[in-house]
Amino acid sequence: MKLPAFAYACPETLEEAVALLAAGAGTAKALSGGQSLLPTMAFRLVAPSLLVDLRKLPGLDRISLGEDGVRLGAKVRWRDIERDARLASAHPLLARAVAHVAHYQIRNRGTVGGNLAHADPAAEMPGVAVTCDAELALTGSKGTRVVRAADFFLGPLSTVLADDELIVEVRLPAWPPGRRWGFEEFALRRGDFALAGVAAYYDPDAEGIARNAHIGVIGACHRAHRLARAEAALNGRAADEQAILASAEVAAAEVDPPTDLHASAAYRRALVQTLLERALLRAAS
Amino acid sequence: MNPKHPFAAVGAPVERVEDLRLLRGRGKYVDDLHCEGMLHAAILRSPVAHGRIRAIDCAAARAMPGVRGIFTAEDIAQTSKGSIPTIPLRAAPLPELVRFEQPVIAHRKVRYVGEPIALAVADSAALAEDALEAIGLDIEPLPAVAGWRASARNDVLLFEECASNQPITYTASKGDAASVNAAYVRRERLRVQRHTACCMEPRGLLALWDGAQAKLEVSGAAKVPFAVRRALAQCLDLPEDCVDMIEADTGGSFGVRGEFYPEDYLVPFAARKLNRPVKWTEDRRENLLASDHAREVDMEVEIACEKDGTILALRGRAWVDMGAYVRANASVQPCNIAQYLSGPYRVPNIHVQSTMVLTNKTPVGTYRAPGRFEADFFRERLFDMAARDLAIDPVEFRRRNLLCKEEMPYPFATLRPPERKGETDSGDYRIALERCLAEIGWAEKSRLQGRLIEGRYHGLGIGCFIEGGGAGPRENARLVVEPDGSVSVYVGSANLGQGLETVCTQIAAEALALPMERIRVFHGSTAHLKEGFGSFHSRSVVMGGSAILAAAENLRGAIRAAAARRLGCAVSDVVIGEGLSASQAAGGKTLALSESVPQGLSAEGTFASHHHTTAYGAAAAHVAVDARTGRIELLDYVMVEDIGRIINPLTARGQAIGAIVQGLGGTLLENLVYDEEGQLLTASLVDYLLPSATDFPHIRAILLEDSPSPHNPLGAKGGGEGGTVAVGGVVANAVAAALVTLGVEPRELPLAPQRIWHLIDAARR
Repeated sequence: MKLPAFAYACPETLEEAVALLAAGAGTAKALSGGQSLLPTMAFRLVAPSLLVDLRKLPGLDRISLGEDGVRLGAKVRWRDIERDARLASAHPLLARAVAHVAHYQIRNRGTVGGNLAHADPAAEMPGVAVTCDAELALTGSKGTRVVRAADFFLGPLSTVLADDELIVEVRLPAWPPGRRWGFEEFALRRGDFALAGVAAYYDPDAEGIARNAHIGVIGACHRAHRLARAEAALNGRAADEQAILASAEVAAAEVDPPTDLHASAAYRRALVQTLLERALLRAAS
Repeated sequence: MNPKHPFAAVGAPVERVEDLRLLRGRGKYVDDLHCEGMLHAAILRSPVAHGRIRAIDCAAARAMPGVRGIFTAEDIAQTSKGSIPTIPLRAAPLPELVRFEQPVIAHRKVRYVGEPIALAVADSAALAEDALEAIGLDIEPLPAVAGWRASARNDVLLFEECASNQPITYTASKGDAASVNAAYVRRERLRVQRHTACCMEPRGLLALWDGAQAKLEVSGAAKVPFAVRRALAQCLDLPEDCVDMIEADTGGSFGVRGEFYPEDYLVPFAARKLNRPVKWTEDRRENLLASDHAREVDMEVEIACEKDGTILALRGRAWVDMGAYVRANASVQPCNIAQYLSGPYRVPNIHVQSTMVLTNKTPVGTYRAPGRFEADFFRERLFDMAARDLAIDPVEFRRRNLLCKEEMPYPFATLRPPERKGETDSGDYRIALERCLAEIGWAEKSRLQGRLIEGRYHGLGIGCFIEGGGAGPRENARLVVEPDGSVSVYVGSANLGQGLETVCTQIAAEALALPMERIRVFHGSTAHLKEGFGSFHSRSVVMGGSAILAAAENLRGAIRAAAARRLGCAVSDVVIGEGLSASQAAGGKTLALSESVPQGLSAEGTFASHHHTTAYGAAAAHVAVDARTGRIELLDYVMVEDIGRIINPLTARGQAIGAIVQGLGGTLLENLVYDEEGQLLTASLVDYLLPSATDFPHIRAILLEDSPSPHNPLGAKGGGEGGTVAVGGVVANAVAAALVTLGVEPRELPLAPQRIWHLIDAARR
């Protein structure tokens, strides 16, 4: 479990970093927090010819709050999110979800951008991004483009990110007051990857009818995605127990979970139902 | 010993003498060792579970810069009289097992994923790993035998020349179990999954070959350094006294670390061949693939009782998955399952068979409470099912069958082959049971049994256990008086991280009436003593501690004799006082130690015994089960164990808690899962789930010393494994009690959320 040989660069500008990645033509890898990449290299599952360390790139470690929502620089670490007291009201779903990310040491190093680029279907951040209609700003040789989170993830460990592109920012739309939300996940031990998890919110109107329901799933899927039918089952109804149970039942039917050694597809399906029930009941209470 | 004298260290809750050094980062583990010219080894391991080796092409690897040597079976055969040495059986060697011994490197065939095929030695560990990638392997795959049922069919043979995949069947018998006609009989099939110790510090070795003197020194020894030296010397065709096994600090063994493994041959072989020091450090993936596995057993077990719950007989048949070879101590688990199935209970008739079954998986060895954890799960689960059938309270069922003080010593079933008898030593088992019930608040909490409270089902489980310890045949110690008046203690017990230095210091300090800081303990390494037996079967204190007492008595005798000459009086008149000073009894002159004895005075002592100690206890668990997710939360776990005389209540309790947590890991989390092709699916700590600090916050261990062992002068009983023994049965019983209204009976470990959910789901259909 020693790393294979690789070249190392530590550029000081984004342009330089992108140029190095472009020159690597698919054999170079960006190194952010290194919490997934380095173990994968130690197992010799990947052997990049060049690691482009992003640590000196300026300006990517900011959390900014504005009219249009929350912007997270790609190098923002889980710990930065945890420590930012503003987020408890500016984006409570994000703050809650991040509390489930791995362990203390990993939260100190792991970054938002690295996590999204790694695209583990069980990770929390892709779930938050997809559920909340986030946009990702990607910078490459041809400039910067903005991609919807829903379009970013292709499958397990697979995204639309080009070889020469870096995620520079995640933009979460503004969180309106009065929004009802919940986040629940099930992992075998605290900090483990979720076997299943759900993020959910809706905006009740003056009559208490659920509008704008957003429900996303992690773990019980091949990539984080929203559950349109479960959302439809909730939208336009009073978010009472009956509506919640109905939405959760639809969600269980709607997901297409994988089977692995820790959870069968049937078990994951049942977890999605239970977790969504709990998330929405919590949201409604 | 006089407990009132000023150096009454035995029984005192003193902090570990090791800790200050270890906590300050001054420990020296084998990977911390470096020496001039040291090379690094990495091992190419079989990627397939079963296959015939057609060719190994090392040319490209040998040509790589920084690579100093690549060794395969061919190279070893050349220097080893044409044959490949095998790992010799250490524990209970029987002739029928010898042909299933593991060669130190795969030869013609590979039989499990992870089996060593080649050793690369290079200037750095990374270069050695690079070299492995350059080795060309041509292996013809054979069908893999991935489970005991497939193995039992014998249509695919691991050893073609042996015609069977079952090396041996042990039988444990007592009375006449076959002809018992009972009013109540229940037969169940139960299973414990493959899991293992997974020491925090993986194995490691540093081998130094002194070509001029033809001497080999190997650091990284643990558990049984003398036995490993014997095996290594034999395999390398060296005289035993040309090999020294040296202990470093050790980050855990639990039975797994310290046995003779292929690497224990390969690394010294390379050092000798290259005439350079060679170091190898096991990485975590290797650790999960290459260190001994344990525990995997399927068992059909039957209980026969009177209607009032009085047990008449236990009958059973166990199939123990041994993996691909019979390693050094592999017989312990199948033997213990058969012989100790009856545990602390009065069972007049027993007939249990236990068959070793070979599969294309990592070979197994002992892991803390070997065979006993498994047997207790089978027995205690079956007891609860029987008690429910008979409408007897589970506690009452146990009270009725638990051995009484008056029945001690009580015989176990006799194991064959070879004939092995055994018996309990001392104790009043009901005291531990009643204390355990009181501590957990059984009477009050039993109303929670099966109740759904805030979405979770509550349940309580109980079980009783015994723990064997103190394996013979003997242990040795040597005490040396140093020029400053301190005493160095050399003992054959080995360090496993269990606090051995502390308890040995306490024993020596009290026996010599010296303050603890005047004692220094050296242990394990073969350089210290002519003979030692090490640490396993909870023996290091029982045997090593007793040997220290014997040596101390001899040392005091030597001081008395020397002082008598100086004082001109009879030896019997000399009294040893504080600081090993000597004085003439009748108010005469007192000699300080330095005045009475020559520098370097030493005394040896040996304690020999074939009687095992029997610690005993009871454990209870309170769980809450979320039926929607299958998650089990352990709300409370109490173990009460009598371990005879307690040398140090702090370290004993620490060991008990650790033993319980390992048992909980095996009960709720840990599982070495193989697929049909014999690939290990859980080869990292992402998938092999070890308990972490936050998983089980509610554990209580209460240690009693009501029943000293009659078999050693300390009165100590083996105490490091009992905590593990009962966990599987107790927690599974609590879960069964919680889910009784759903009709769920766990018959297999681990009690993973997925398994519990599927059981509930199936019961509802």
